Amino acid sequence: MNLTLKIWRQKDPQDRGRMVTYRVEDVSPDMSFLEMLDVLNERLILEGDEPVAFDHDCREGICGMCGMVINGVAHGEQVATTTCQLHMRHFEDNAVITIEPWRAAPFPVVKDLVVDRSSFDRIIQAGGFISVPAGSAPDAHSVPVKKEDADNAFDAATCIACGACVAACPNGSASLFTAAKITHLSLLPQGQPERESRAKAMVEQMDAEGFGGCTNTGECTAVCPKGIPLDTIARMNRDYLRASK
Amino acid sequence: MTMNYTEGAPIRDTKAPEGPIEDRWEKRKFSAKLVNPANKRKLHVIVVGTGLAGGSAAATLGELGYNVTSFCYQDSPRRAHSIAAQGGINAAKNYRGDGDSIYRLFYDTVKGGDFRARESNVYRLAQVSVNIIDQAVAQGVPFAREYGGLLDTRSFGGAQVSRTFYARGQTGQQLLLGAYQALERQIAAGTVKMHTRHEMLDLIVADGRARGVIVRDMVTGEIERHTADAVVLATGGYGNVFFLSTNAKGCNTTAIWRAHRRGAYFANPCYTQIHPTCIPVSGDYQSKLTLMSESLRNDGRVWVPVKKGDTRPAAQIPEDERDYYLERIYPAFGNLVPRDIASRAAKNVCDEGRGVGPGGLGVYLDFADAIRRLGRDAVEKKYGNLFEMYERITGEDPYTQPMRIYPAVHYTMGGLWVDYDLQSTIPGLFVIGEANFSDHGANRLGASALMQGLADGYFVLPTTIGDYLANGPYGEVDEDAVAEAETAVRQKIERLLTNDGTRTADSYHRELGKLMWDYCGMERTEESLRKALERIPELREEFWKNVKVSGTADELNQALERAGRVADFFDLAELMCIDALHRTESCGGHFRAESQDADGEALRDDENFAYVAAWEHGAEGPVLHKEALEYEYVKMTQRSYK
Repeated sequence: MNLTLKIWRQKDPQDRGRMVTYRVEDVSPDMSFLEMLDVLNERLILEGDEPVAFDHDCREGICGMCGMVINGVAHGEQVATTTCQLHMRHFEDNAVITIEPWRAAPFPVVKDLVVDRSSFDRIIQAGGFISVPAGSAPDAHSVPVKKEDADNAFDAATCIACGACVAACPNGSASLFTAAKITHLSLLPQGQPERESRAKAMVEQMDAEGFGGCTNTGECTAVCPKGIPLDTIARMNRDYLRASK
Repeated sequence: MTMNYTEGAPIRDTKAPEGPIEDRWEKRKFSAKLVNPANKRKLHVIVVGTGLAGGSAAATLGELGYNVTSFCYQDSPRRAHSIAAQGGINAAKNYRGDGDSIYRLFYDTVKGGDFRARESNVYRLAQVSVNIIDQAVAQGVPFAREYGGLLDTRSFGGAQVSRTFYARGQTGQQLLLGAYQALERQIAAGTVKMHTRHEMLDLIVADGRARGVIVRDMVTGEIERHTADAVVLATGGYGNVFFLSTNAKGCNTTAIWRAHRRGAYFANPCYTQIHPTCIPVSGDYQSKLTLMSESLRNDGRVWVPVKKGDTRPAAQIPEDERDYYLERIYPAFGNLVPRDIASRAAKNVCDEGRGVGPGGLGVYLDFADAIRRLGRDAVEKKYGNLFEMYERITGEDPYTQPMRIYPAVHYTMGGLWVDYDLQSTIPGLFVIGEANFSDHGANRLGASALMQGLADGYFVLPTTIGDYLANGPYGEVDEDAVAEAETAVRQKIERLLTNDGTRTADSYHRELGKLMWDYCGMERTEESLRKALERIPELREEFWKNVKVSGTADELNQALERAGRVADFFDLAELMCIDALHRTESCGGHFRAESQDADGEALRDDENFAYVAAWEHGAEGPVLHKEALEYEYVKMTQRSYK
């Protein structure tokens, strides 16, 4: 396949940035999207240009490091797929593909397609944990957990913190990310003692980071590579209200 | 045989207590010196890497009150590659009442490691395994449960009991997030200072002790010095020396290799694990390989056509023209033989010309029977995400046609040599998780990496490092030592950037990886290793003359990051081949074609090789120090899974 790429290039956070057009040829349909960018980058290096900076690591859809807006959609148009798991067989020959970074004020661009998502870590710092020092835990079977609760907690816990939800949201809200963690922990008996303080602290940190509010547009869950359901946000709101009474 | 190394004095692990094996860890915990809570704040520990081992260690040390600084190269500690572990974590809970025990987990691990691991270490690992499950559940790790609300388990290769706890196919993710959340809690509490997007480029050794690290801020390019009373490396394995592996793209050897250059011995570098169930290579642009969890072998049946060169689609090959070779050769363990054995068997049938898929480098992993027996829904519940991942990468539907799999580099059992306290040969340098060599011998059993990483980080290191820190603080760090390390780092960067060559670092890495896979991969011979040892120095010389790195040092520069890592992979590759050449026996993941029995199984040579090969970096080439392995409890036998 032959492709035309329009890629966002931005030297550093101060640079205004611009779209730059590149042509790539002989792309195999079995390549992943990132492998296609690797091919471009190898060429750019040899030409003495700077390769397009992008975040990636595991390349198997679980570390959450990669993420770009492809043709206007976070992680591209394939459902429930991270950028690294998107393959070129889903594109037409001679297609024009636009590639941009996540855009949200709490995710400032570091360079090209790389953004700073440390705001997510700070939301977890605010309360996304169960306080249990190593070595102090009771036997794992001392508290049975209903299978349904464990399964639902797991589904919420599969969030990879890629940030696609924020990139897709017209409000730049981090509600789905925050709600996924709150839901995971509040469904389990072990998460009960800190349930209210957790919800309150995490929601407040989310606001303090400058993320927008949720208006139930559902764009977040539509692009979520792990299919985190929208009703987690309702649960977050319930826990938050309970904590704020 | 000409030698490319010299032999030095034997080495001993002087920290493991004597006496009955079940009491040794208890004894060591009691004999280890304690640090008064008020003094802990004054003791500074650097932890590099935030995977299961590093994340849990930094969190636990912070919680204990030490002053901790943690580094990772990713943008968040949650991205470390432990996150990608799929199948599960072993623990000797015996919740099934199926005959499991600490002793049996110990026994299986020593045997699975082909009698090349230390008994004391492995026994401790089995003991601590039960605490890990308790800890993880208390943290909210959502393990799979049964309808009664209790934890579910499954079987893994090399074991005949069901002791593997799991969270669908994402056990590593869930355990890592547990450790990550504990770490973030400590960051918020101010006990841990976190530096993301920082890469360790050298170790500071002053007055014979590890006293800090030189790191590069990967966003600004700034070279920073960080000093401390002790340094913990939890930087993972070096499987990416092969270029193609199941490791994340960023995984590299630089941290442990630099420590090796500064005096830490490197143990058993040639022990690499080739995982039998990975998605085959599809083209020469391939950037990494993806694992399909070993848990799939619980229900999937491995086969190839009986006839050579049979190109019919799987569905058109009748039952009696299929060879379920693992079930045929190893009736006792069948599809659940350990990884080294399953990988080699796959290679053998492909070498016979019976492989399937492009290039004949693949075997089938077939779920048709499981789907008939359990129903599609049940199979989907167990393995849904893995099937999806397979479909996404290959474009093929594993519910209707068998998966194609082939072995790929997955894990490295070798690593920096450590004693029972997990301390390297440099005082004050501790090494945990995959970065050390300690517990898996020549072959790691499935679901044991998560166990070891968390055992080291939550339970072992926090106790043993106290014994070292109790004699601290160690005072000001000699300025010359710091400056020397920093200068070395700057010079290397400068040299890479000023080279105006014609090839990229990645293209050299690919070539080195191919060479390692062909000559030091699943099967090694004296001839192949000698070839590799001839070619590696040539290629390295060419790399240093001809590599092209664009951009500058003072910015985010991914081309520069890669080139620095590839440079260290060259040096490591050479040591791996020297180690593989000197060990003329076959054991575990190290298969020397010259050493096999009549059935083609690995043939150990216990008389000559029952030792850990700990390599010292010498000015005149590597120096071998042997640590003799003694087996008081598990009798050394030829492994049999038939």
